[in-house]
Amino acid sequence: MKIIFHIGRYFSLMFRTLRKPERFRVYMKQVVSEIDSIGINSIGIVAIVSVFMGAVLTIQMAINFVNPLIPKYLISLGVRDTMLLEFTNTVVCLILAGRVGSNIASEIGTMRITEQIDALEMMGINSAGYLILPKIIAAIITFPFINLLSVILGIIGGYGFNYITRLVSMPDFIYGLHYYFIPFYVTYSLIKMVVFAIIITTVSAYHGYFTQSGALEVGRSSTRAVVYSIILILFFDLVLTQILLT
Amino acid sequence: MIRVLNISKSFQKQQVLFNISAEFYPGKVNQIIGKSGSGKTVLLKSIVGLHDILEGEIWIGDKEYSKASFSERRVIRQEMGLVFQGSALFTSLTVEDNVMLPLNMFSKMSRAEKLERVNFCLNRVNIDNANKLFPAEISGGMQKRVAIARAIVLNPKYLFCDEPNSGLDPQTSIVIDNLIKEITYEYNITTVINTHDMNSIMEIGDQIIFIFEGKNWWQGSKNEIFTSDNQELNEFVFASKLYQKIKTVSI
Repeated sequence: MKIIFHIGRYFSLMFRTLRKPERFRVYMKQVVSEIDSIGINSIGIVAIVSVFMGAVLTIQMAINFVNPLIPKYLISLGVRDTMLLEFTNTVVCLILAGRVGSNIASEIGTMRITEQIDALEMMGINSAGYLILPKIIAAIITFPFINLLSVILGIIGGYGFNYITRLVSMPDFIYGLHYYFIPFYVTYSLIKMVVFAIIITTVSAYHGYFTQSGALEVGRSSTRAVVYSIILILFFDLVLTQILLT
Repeated sequence: MIRVLNISKSFQKQQVLFNISAEFYPGKVNQIIGKSGSGKTVLLKSIVGLHDILEGEIWIGDKEYSKASFSERRVIRQEMGLVFQGSALFTSLTVEDNVMLPLNMFSKMSRAEKLERVNFCLNRVNIDNANKLFPAEISGGMQKRVAIARAIVLNPKYLFCDEPNSGLDPQTSIVIDNLIKEITYEYNITTVINTHDMNSIMEIGDQIIFIFEGKNWWQGSKNEIFTSDNQELNEFVFASKLYQKIKTVSI
């Protein structure tokens, strides 16, 4: 019964969030600020993770592709496709759920317990729209760019590591990167990123918005936001992969 | 005028307000007084619509606010200002932006006009040269005054203050009280204040409602408090020896 209550309350909040904004210009200013907070500030961690993931994937592929019948260029093909299909969207979003999700939940939760949300409501401002909608839009705009950046940096990580260790000859590595490239994989990755962006921002905002009083509860909301975002990301990863790739 | 008719409110199974009826008049400082936990804040938040009531009616002017839809309420709320107990200033915005936010949302003024209005309101609450400071950089008393400036920036017809003196020193409390009183008289605002500060009650209260265990236990003027034989009211108001002496002298 509790889950039905939460689903109902979540959609009711989203309905309020998507109401027509009171003043577009104010919302746009918020969106720009959120692009900085949600997107730009996440680039550092995503870059580090992507470079290392690319390098580690190169090692793992090289270790496992030992059969002489398997061409060596498949190592870089494997790195490219694994990065594109799973790591740069799902794994990056799991990391972003921790960074962005907890940030959103604690920010909105703190606003709730310090009555800032009530203050917005008292001014006649739709607090859900004012606080949540700019975050959703900012995430939808920035996450696909983060995804593409992550793919590029992951491949650069693999390429750089291979350049140092020469697990595969460089011409083979480059050939594998180009070999049998399916452009739809990029579309698939971007679609997943947009869906995950919506999940992370809305689920975290939901937990923050309905924080009960007390600082301890803000921490709990933040934890719940991350946990539920991760669960939903994994679930929708499965659903989207089934729908889009089979 | 604000009219409250037989409102009740409960949280889960615990009833907090019982059939409260009251009227709050324009151009007067209407005070809701009572012990901590008596239901003052719940009553105030119910009147402004931050809590949904279980039963009863709330009339803001000639509109039945308790039955208004979400969008109707948003329109009515633009005529209200609320000063929260903890000020509730937006910590990420400067003093100027805090006061300007309602104008950004609902007025068609130019940037220069908005700035002029913000400076006028900040001036009115005796705040100078703090426009670019953040709430964390100013004192509690200043935060309260900024909250008042924000509450009056849209020229509200109704001003609600939830314990505006809590956490302030006696001198600053008097400044805040006088400010609220002046604004109320100057703009003919219907002001409703939640308080248990006796100085505030004696200094600025025009009409006083005493809430006891969630019920409207007594109402009258501050002068009537001295002659009232209501036991609970006397226990609350004259709890300190100082006020017992004042009562004796007054009588």
